[in-house]
Amino acid sequence: MEKPLTEHIRPDGKPLSLKEYEAVGGYSALRKVMGGMTPREIQGVVKDSNLRGRGGAGFLTALKWSFVPLDAPKPKYLIANADEMEPGTFKDRILLESTPHQLIEGMILAAFAIQASESFVFLRWAYKVAAHAIEKAIHEAYDAGYLGSNILKSGFDLDMHLHTGVGRYMCGEETALLNSLEGKRATPRAKPPFPQISGLFGRPTIVNNVETLCNIPHIVNKGSDWFKRLSRTEDSGTKIYGVSGKVKRPGAWELPMGVTMRELIEEYAGGMQDGLRFRGALPGGASTDFLVEEHLDVRMDYAGVAAAGSRLGTGTLVVLDDHTCPVGFVKNLEHFFAQESCGFCTPCREGLPWIEKILQGIEDGKGREKDIDLLHMHTRYLGPGNTFCALAPGAMEPLQSALKYFKADFDQHIHEHRCPYHAIPATLEHA
Amino acid sequence: MLTADEITEIDKAISLVPVRKAAGIEALKIVQQRRRWISDETLRDVATHMHMSAEELDSVATFYNLLFRRPVGRHVILVCDSISCWVMGYENLVKALQQKLNITFGETTKDSRFTLLPNCCLGCCDGAPALMIDNDLYKNVTADQLGEILGIYE
Repeated sequence: MEKPLTEHIRPDGKPLSLKEYEAVGGYSALRKVMGGMTPREIQGVVKDSNLRGRGGAGFLTALKWSFVPLDAPKPKYLIANADEMEPGTFKDRILLESTPHQLIEGMILAAFAIQASESFVFLRWAYKVAAHAIEKAIHEAYDAGYLGSNILKSGFDLDMHLHTGVGRYMCGEETALLNSLEGKRATPRAKPPFPQISGLFGRPTIVNNVETLCNIPHIVNKGSDWFKRLSRTEDSGTKIYGVSGKVKRPGAWELPMGVTMRELIEEYAGGMQDGLRFRGALPGGASTDFLVEEHLDVRMDYAGVAAAGSRLGTGTLVVLDDHTCPVGFVKNLEHFFAQESCGFCTPCREGLPWIEKILQGIEDGKGREKDIDLLHMHTRYLGPGNTFCALAPGAMEPLQSALKYFKADFDQHIHEHRCPYHAIPATLEHA
Repeated sequence: MLTADEITEIDKAISLVPVRKAAGIEALKIVQQRRRWISDETLRDVATHMHMSAEELDSVATFYNLLFRRPVGRHVILVCDSISCWVMGYENLVKALQQKLNITFGETTKDSRFTLLPNCCLGCCDGAPALMIDNDLYKNVTADQLGEILGIYE
């Protein structure tokens, strides 16, 4: 089983130095491209590979690039979205901390493909180890002539900067990220114009996820057919999957795209902790619909998870066990979304705190029959098309699926005027 | 008043961006690093240097979770309150922390040693429950370990 993204990660997880990265073939894709490939040729290879964005939305990477006018004057920007903040997601962290040069090489190639002249790593504040690794790697890349002017004597110039954020989930949304880089509140922008035409400082800009970018050097080196063969399904490549929650061995693993949820939980995560049963899981972070026992054999690729009624998202599962209250679980998610709403549009700003209060009431034994209808109503009002960005619709995904799959739990809370999961202590109020 | 060192650092950040305002967040980070938090007076001084109104800069400062507009202690404890940590025992951990420090979320100990804050997913869900103190991440934290961990910070 090939693991191009992670096979060279050291057992201690320490970042590969430039020399170590070069020793395992690092920057050979860059040499190949600078030796005579055109931007269109790279775009073509990536297009043929069928690479889709690994940040959650799954948009075709080469298609996204193709909207950037190649002949537009400088500056143009390439940004690595390393603001990994989707609750339950910890896959990019591994790449950032352990193979910073792989990301940098992917960024240089992507920048060349769209003829960008400046690039940023937008890194979340909490990733201190990664910040240090990337800072050092950028310096090394400059010293080696992989960054700066006239890279490998090709005539191509690229600068790269590390930007560490100051904490806000919205920064993961690409247009909000651009506002944040411009020193503003991270509220989303209206589209169109799309960032590919008018992005950072009004210039053409591409924002790609870390895992997406790390795939580029390998696709350039080994070709699109190789990349397609890595997967078990029509969605090509490998994927870094993760499992957290009450399993025996929580963790993340690079596996062929299309492994099943059962394999992830039972084989890789070692199964549920003793005495606990699987009840469901969010397949790709907090903003994806629950999958339940009947879906255990669903293939974890874009089409497979979509057919089961959810989204692959980030591919990092959060498991719900039979001793954890599903109402409390969803309440925790909605608290997060309510807090992280930027407040720009009304349904999201007003609706999410309302939902959180209703769920807290149900959890505290004060739920009423009509609360269920109210929650259903919100899943429609805050659904796709009614809000400015994808935050609120994303927040509705776990809620609507919880109401479907765990209805008996909601009803029991309301009828018994208490939370039946004694193992969970009462939720502390946030002061 | 901004110090000479702060002005040097802020001007360096300004030189990297095409629009002066774009360095506003960086400027706030620079002063917070040195002063622990951003007082009204500090905010006004930074705004003046950035050629912004204090109101405009404050709209930015108050938007971000980790720019502190209220005093914090010498060390800031950020407890991950997101889903994986919640499943893995966040609530017991918080109870133990609050008892040990005798403060609740948003408060600072009387000796100004610790401020306790909840924080969104720290991105180490495989090491839940997790917390950060200043720049240090602690994974799989149990209530028993808290004494030892807190002891590291004076």
